[in-house]
Amino acid sequence: MNALLRGCTVLACLGLGLGLAWSMLELPPAPIQMPGLVASHMDQSGVDHPVTAVLLNFRGYDTLLEVAVLLLALLGMLAAGTTPLHASSFKEAPMLTALARALTPIAVLVAGYLLWAGAFKPGGAFQAAAVLAGAAVLLRIAGLLPSWTTPADGLRLALAAGLLVFLGVAASGLALGGLLAYPPEWAGTLILLIETSLTVSLALILAGLFLAGPDSRPPEEQS
Amino acid sequence: MSTGLLYAMTGVLLFVLGMGGLFLRRALMTKVLAFNIQGSGAFLVLVGLGQRSGIPDPVPQAMVLTGIVVSVAATALALALIRRLADNDMGTGDEP
Repeated sequence: MNALLRGCTVLACLGLGLGLAWSMLELPPAPIQMPGLVASHMDQSGVDHPVTAVLLNFRGYDTLLEVAVLLLALLGMLAAGTTPLHASSFKEAPMLTALARALTPIAVLVAGYLLWAGAFKPGGAFQAAAVLAGAAVLLRIAGLLPSWTTPADGLRLALAAGLLVFLGVAASGLALGGLLAYPPEWAGTLILLIETSLTVSLALILAGLFLAGPDSRPPEEQS
Repeated sequence: MSTGLLYAMTGVLLFVLGMGGLFLRRALMTKVLAFNIQGSGAFLVLVGLGQRSGIPDPVPQAMVLTGIVVSVAATALALALIRRLADNDMGTGDEP
């Protein structure tokens, strides 16, 4: 019976795959040419890179809700609570410590560049935040950064800052025409403001997904 | 077949593989991995279909960028819940 059920599951998955593949081959051309639509509105977006324009201007709703989802995931993790990792998972490693110390400033520099480059070429807040969060994870593994159990007030504010600034800008658009409708002449500045605060908050949230949890080592070993 | 369509087809394959893993495997960690493979397949379908005419479409690319970050957060939450579950099982003396 169990084997029969497994066989049926495999067959159903295969059938779904074949159906999806067939429907893609038969798919008619898209009725709306979105690349053209985006390109023709680029002068109103405030930035010069189409993906950034879609992400923070044309489809700002998605990004706003995404930041909320990320914050919610971290809150969920903190609420679920975790027990200490095994003490041997973070051993003293001189090479790793030296590498982490050398790489962190470079990561900060790369993150700053990515944030700035997002306006005109691939890059932006998410990429910059991922690099910063990677540096934080490296520092944690090297034992140079303590983990959190409960974030302090300053950290809580920084975690929420990205969402709050984004919400503030989105709501102030209401006075000027509509939610998330930036006036074209201000769009570039507003997007830079949102992206900068998003970089800080997203980096902390992404790093927090790894760092959250009590520290298992005795206090004197923490730096 | 254009390159974009080939990417979309690969995405379908990954999606189906992930779905099979999600249904057939019992270990929770494997389920999370399968769920991630499934998600990657969906992203590949979105980006691939968006550029099947040869012109890259920034709208699905931005959607997928959003999706990747959300899936990272969802995975982290799932892993935290799995750890919590394992702790609970150990606390009651059951098999984890």
